[in-house]
Amino acid sequence: MRRGPSAFNLASIVLGLAFLYAPIVILVAYSFNASRLVTVWGGFSTRWYVALLHDRQMLDAVWVTLRVGILSATAATLVGLLAAVALVRGGTGPRRTALAGGVYATLVMPEVILGLSLLLLFVAAGLPRGFWTVTASHATLTLAYTTVAIQARLASFDRSLEEAAQDLGCPPWKAFALVTLPVIAPAVAAAWMLAFTLSLDDLVIASFTSGPGATTLPMRLYSQVRLGVDPKINAVSTLLIGLVATGVIAAYLIQQRRARVPAE
Amino acid sequence: MSGRPQLGAVREAFAPWEDPAVRPLVRFEGVGKSFGDTAAVRGVDLSIYEGEFFALLGPSGCGKTTLMRLLAGFETPDAGRVLLGDRDIGADPPHRRPVHMMFQAYALFPHLTVAQNIAFGLKRQGVPRAEIGPRVEEMLSLVKLEGLGRRRPDQLSGGQRQRVALARALAPRPRILLLDEPMAALDRKLREETQFELMAIQQRLNLTFMIVTHDQDEAMVVADRIAVMRAGEIVQVGRPTEVYEAPADRYVAGFIGDVNLFEGRVTAAGGGRVRLASDDGAFDAEGEAAVGDKAWLAVRPEKIAVHTEPPVGGDGNVIAGRIVDYGYLGDWTTYVVEASPGRTLRAARANATRLVDRPLGVGDPVWLTFAPSSAVVLTT
Repeated sequence: MRRGPSAFNLASIVLGLAFLYAPIVILVAYSFNASRLVTVWGGFSTRWYVALLHDRQMLDAVWVTLRVGILSATAATLVGLLAAVALVRGGTGPRRTALAGGVYATLVMPEVILGLSLLLLFVAAGLPRGFWTVTASHATLTLAYTTVAIQARLASFDRSLEEAAQDLGCPPWKAFALVTLPVIAPAVAAAWMLAFTLSLDDLVIASFTSGPGATTLPMRLYSQVRLGVDPKINAVSTLLIGLVATGVIAAYLIQQRRARVPAE
Repeated sequence: MSGRPQLGAVREAFAPWEDPAVRPLVRFEGVGKSFGDTAAVRGVDLSIYEGEFFALLGPSGCGKTTLMRLLAGFETPDAGRVLLGDRDIGADPPHRRPVHMMFQAYALFPHLTVAQNIAFGLKRQGVPRAEIGPRVEEMLSLVKLEGLGRRRPDQLSGGQRQRVALARALAPRPRILLLDEPMAALDRKLREETQFELMAIQQRLNLTFMIVTHDQDEAMVVADRIAVMRAGEIVQVGRPTEVYEAPADRYVAGFIGDVNLFEGRVTAAGGGRVRLASDDGAFDAEGEAAVGDKAWLAVRPEKIAVHTEPPVGGDGNVIAGRIVDYGYLGDWTTYVVEASPGRTLRAARANATRLVDRPLGVGDPVWLTFAPSSAVVLTT
């Protein structure tokens, strides 16, 4: 029997991965390009990163994005936790179906529609668009994801652990806080990471719901690219990729550590 | 076997249920509980006494777990009252009841160490910090897990986890400890050892234990009294010997141990003796029944003697047959004897001598006898 993949398999995997990751590799590589021209290699340099540090608008956008990400991910995780508890333990029936439908709908809703409807809502309510409207919109967008992530863990959680805690003297809320929450904490953390990452790279919803003074990084990048590609964009994109990758890998590792507990 | 010497733990003198002056620790009074249209527990009256090791025995789905959960507070009764001492605890939530439970799958907290698991109930009780450490150590030595306090549950064997669960439930000193199928996950040898250890701990601490089990052997070994349940109702409550030797009906007779049942009509009765005409013949038994009634004789296999020659004289009941199968268990051999086509009986014989060449085998004609005092007359 032959060992290793056939030429066809090898070609498929190499080409497939190249298609996915070559653009990113090029983007990262060119962020260290000394040349001003984005397509011509002019030697290694970190000048665009230094230039980035002096770009007030870009830094503001990064700061807005981080704040929106942290706040919206926290809100989505808290509400998602409550929704997950309700979905897993609230029994069955039309009310559960309605809640599940309401929470999951945003998963399949086109982002443009979601963004537009949020914009209409804010306009109708007379709310000035800005930092808080983006944050609320991102919480709405990511709620479905955090709910699904926490719900999956909660469904496999052994209810008798909570009963044991109650049996030993905990009121129900305390049993949840002292036993359930620590046990499902990795899933909650992973849900937060997921929400944060989604918020970080969202352009569509932010474009609809943001206002003056609350430009997020993806919005800034998009508008800059339209004016011509500046190597600083490569630099900031590289940082963004690094941040997202760190978040995703951290979430994965946290999940893994939990999963390694032997199921004997 | 290592546990055997402790068989002396059976307490002949312990019988608070026979003393009208003793007030029960736990009383179920007409307790009922339904889930949807299904009645899990119906009209249960039951008293459990201080210091008793009480067993709820029945097949799965008979309501024994529901009854235990009613006492723990995880279910509230639809009807009747659950009393602890003189207090109706029916509406108290689990965390306010001085009743602790050892869960079937142990339900150890995976994010806490063994010591933290055991300390959990103590902390909730507000036991001062300085006392918690020594109490945890005491519990660890009680269940013979000294030095394992810093381990996590997933670093323990099944038997060790079971002990941690026991220590955790015992640490806050419950008025009654509930054990939900505590030995279900252990292998046979470990199960026997654990049974005797449980009895030893229960008597040393003078605690009240209520065990739920579907394993009749387990209930017989550990319990002072057994309540046999069927379809949400209690069929019989009594000492293991009473339940085994004087079953209340055919269900109890069949559920606890092996039994041969002879169905027939009572043809004569009087003087504490009954004569029953069955398809297998006419038999005499000690008991009460009215002439003409339908009745059953229940005879345990070990109370049936196996003879290779037709027995002569005596007032015993005799059935002739042929051995069609036998099971050799080491200490016992159970013979399956065909009395008439399609009708088989079981007779067990202690292997009192080493059988070098087996005197009985498949196809051998045998005569089964049992004394009238060995049969139980059942009318239901």
